[in-house]
Amino acid sequence: MPEPAGPVLEVTGLRKEYGDLVAVDDVSFSVPEGGSLAIVGESGSGKTTVARMIVGLERPTAGRIIACGADRSRPARSAADRRRRGREVQIVFQDPYTSLDPRQTAEQALGEVIRLHHRWPAQRCRERVAELTGLVGLDERQARAVPRALSGGQRQRVAIARALAAEPRLLILDESVAALDVSIQAQVLNLLADIRDATGVSYILISHDLAVVRQLTDEAIVMRRGQVVERGATARVLDHPEHPYTQRLRASVPRPGWKPVRRGLAGGEEAISA
Amino acid sequence: MTGAGQAAPPAEARPPGAGRLLEVERLTVRLRVEGVRRAVLRDVSLAIAPGEAVGLVGESGSGKSMTARAIGRLLPDGAQAEGTIRFHGQDVAALSGSDLRRYRSQVALIFQDPRAHTNPVRRIGDFMTEALRTNLGVPPGEAARRAVDMLAQVGIDDGARRLRQYPHQLSGGLLQRVMIATALLTEPRLLLADEPTTALDVTTQAEVMAILDELRRELHLGMLFITHDLELAAAICDRTAVMYAGQIVEVRSSAMLHSDPLHPYTAALAGARPDISRTAARLRAIPGRPLSAFEAPDDQCAFAPRCAHAQDACWEAAPDLVELDGGVSRCRRAATLRGRLAAGPEAAEPETAEPEAADA
Amino acid sequence: MSTAALMPDQAGTTWRERLRGPGGRGVLGRLQSTGPAGIASACVIAVATFAAVFGTLLAPYNPVLANLSLAWVGPTGGHLLGYDVEGRDVLSRLLAGAPTSMLGPLAVVVLSMTAGTLLAIAAAWRRGAVDAVISSGLDIVFAFPGILLAVLATAVFGAGLPAATIALSIAYTPYVARVLRGAALKERSQAYVAALEVQGVSAPRICLRHIVPNMLPLIIAQATIMFGWAMVDLAAISFLGLGVQPPSPNWGVMISENQAGIMQGYPLPALTAGICIVVVVVAFNVLGERLLAEAGQ
Repeated sequence: MPEPAGPVLEVTGLRKEYGDLVAVDDVSFSVPEGGSLAIVGESGSGKTTVARMIVGLERPTAGRIIACGADRSRPARSAADRRRRGREVQIVFQDPYTSLDPRQTAEQALGEVIRLHHRWPAQRCRERVAELTGLVGLDERQARAVPRALSGGQRQRVAIARALAAEPRLLILDESVAALDVSIQAQVLNLLADIRDATGVSYILISHDLAVVRQLTDEAIVMRRGQVVERGATARVLDHPEHPYTQRLRASVPRPGWKPVRRGLAGGEEAISA
Repeated sequence: MTGAGQAAPPAEARPPGAGRLLEVERLTVRLRVEGVRRAVLRDVSLAIAPGEAVGLVGESGSGKSMTARAIGRLLPDGAQAEGTIRFHGQDVAALSGSDLRRYRSQVALIFQDPRAHTNPVRRIGDFMTEALRTNLGVPPGEAARRAVDMLAQVGIDDGARRLRQYPHQLSGGLLQRVMIATALLTEPRLLLADEPTTALDVTTQAEVMAILDELRRELHLGMLFITHDLELAAAICDRTAVMYAGQIVEVRSSAMLHSDPLHPYTAALAGARPDISRTAARLRAIPGRPLSAFEAPDDQCAFAPRCAHAQDACWEAAPDLVELDGGVSRCRRAATLRGRLAAGPEAAEPETAEPEAADA
Repeated sequence: MSTAALMPDQAGTTWRERLRGPGGRGVLGRLQSTGPAGIASACVIAVATFAAVFGTLLAPYNPVLANLSLAWVGPTGGHLLGYDVEGRDVLSRLLAGAPTSMLGPLAVVVLSMTAGTLLAIAAAWRRGAVDAVISSGLDIVFAFPGILLAVLATAVFGAGLPAATIALSIAYTPYVARVLRGAALKERSQAYVAALEVQGVSAPRICLRHIVPNMLPLIIAQATIMFGWAMVDLAAISFLGLGVQPPSPNWGVMISENQAGIMQGYPLPALTAGICIVVVVVAFNVLGERLLAEAGQ
């Protein structure tokens, strides 16, 4: 089969309704092969819903999703289909404490995924597991430990390794570093950059943290209340935001010399919690 | 410098001027974890002057939340505490009965997750006025009036309607404003804010922080502001203390914290954050992972294994606090490294080219 | 370089430590954390299980052969508990009755836990309409008390342990499903399940190899408690004459047969059978409740 030359992911007119609530409204974007796109937004922006639709955990109300040249607009119907799609797009979730099966060691979790996608002899599987744990910087003790014995940063590394075990072309990082300590976050961000250099995988980074977005992505779209309000190169969007919401977002980020300014938002601005 | 033993904490750990609002001296707290007694705070000393805001910054296991709990007399059962905490000169640990209740109305706590600290089946009004009615004997009508006034101060204009609502009808940001208003109703002298904005969106955070800062200054309240975000603490606090492995490792005026840090950990922490205005080729990550107090050894510097500037002396004995330029540092090399930390580890020592392994 | 404190996964190498498991999560470890009450109960259960397995071999005298001339004779040398209404050695009958008294409940627990777990998982996995249908169906069955169903079953299929056992299993299934459904829903909503779905792992595999094992502490605790209930219910059914038929030894049957003796001044046969039931049931209840408390953490 010839390699698709187009973008690794193309999303057009994506929409998701929950009854009367429109969570995602006419969202379109594309990710080039080897590229890195950020979806920036706060709670209620719909960014996580978009991610879940891309990996098939939610059914879009309307719109098209084309991943690696194939139409993925509807969730998979069979396990075999999901397996195929798993080799195209994978996801790493935010919470390191629930994203691993508490009863499995890292080696077992990785082994399970590898055996799912390949019919390799045991020795080859073991080698691949070792490759993956090495790629994410886990040593032998950590690879043989259950999640309880691992720190948040180590667990995220296991989650990243598990996602990479399927050799996806696109990796979605749904706030994957948000729950980590600052010093650990820096390690994992460096790791993600290294992985991208080493394997050529594309990223979609979902985050509310603009500094992280700057560090890891080339392009960005900003979402608010289900709609894309701004898009462009990450550097341009962050340095010269055009939309008032993006400007407000930028101005709210603490940095040396920053002082919070009261804007008199009476709370009518904030939606009632879901 | 300052010898071991029962010496008072260095002068610069205390703010200038007399009449301290809060004084924490050599606080050490041990908890039973899975049957073993472990230290979660080691020799913590801190002071807050009336009307002064002090930030307390640290990562997981640094002990910052435990410090707030100790001050608020909310340590878990079975906790063993040494050292003293004095509020307006009174020993907090010795308070009981009506004295303790009065202390609680003077020291208000604001927590990270407002939903975990509100009763979902009671109305906002009940919750807000409870302390006023029960502890201070204020009649219900008057208490409600004060609550509505305070809600207006935090930017909630339809206070009377909000009083009748239930917590689930308010968003996280609104509820946190309600918590702040509630905390201020008993006219406290000291606010203990434990990561009050961590669970909020960044735009909501900015608004809530602005409200907190403005009201605090207006009412001349002292505040201990706990967070993992160095820049956030520096934004509204006069001085900032940095904790690592259950100890204070630096106290510094916020303005100087970034430009002239006194401890390698502070500099490393600031340097590890990505910069919103540029993409670095590689982030300056700190190798290893943050230690908790009970993991840290007593006979060497707790940060030495991860420190780019550690030398032999750092491994031989635990460092004491030293005073330097109006601040305090728990680094025996502080004087030598002074002025060179902010530029990054390369400035002080040649960088070792080592592949980055996962935190050990 | 000083390293972190001993990590929970560094278990020791002696067999005792291995059973204790990493972080005290192995079999012995969990037992130890149930406290003295739990350990005592476990010992009682162990004794009862031993009697259930070897009971018929251990009985010193023939438990079935009647000898009316010895009826109601009190404890004498060699007959520690005396004779029952038909002149049989009480101790032998108790020991010989242990197998059926314990086996019936075991069957009920195995059947109802299996059915209940499968229904709970199905409801939790599919959610929506499937969950609603299963829950409603279970609620209907739940409305029938177990004993009533057992009486109906024996009326239709004839008295005896099989009919009563199956009827009770059906009666218990909705309860099991209801208790486990909550835990199954919680596991289902964890991020690792979503990650496995995205990987393309099949739904049955996720349910059986990931969700159920993570519910195991709760399942075991629930099974333990239910064993006690099943025992009481089956004893009651046998007491009513609908379960194990005399002269087969069974604790419930023994109470029924010997109840006249209580009023006539020969309480030992009926009383000892009753005490056996109560002690074993209490042991299962206590251990089950302790395990449930541990599972809740």
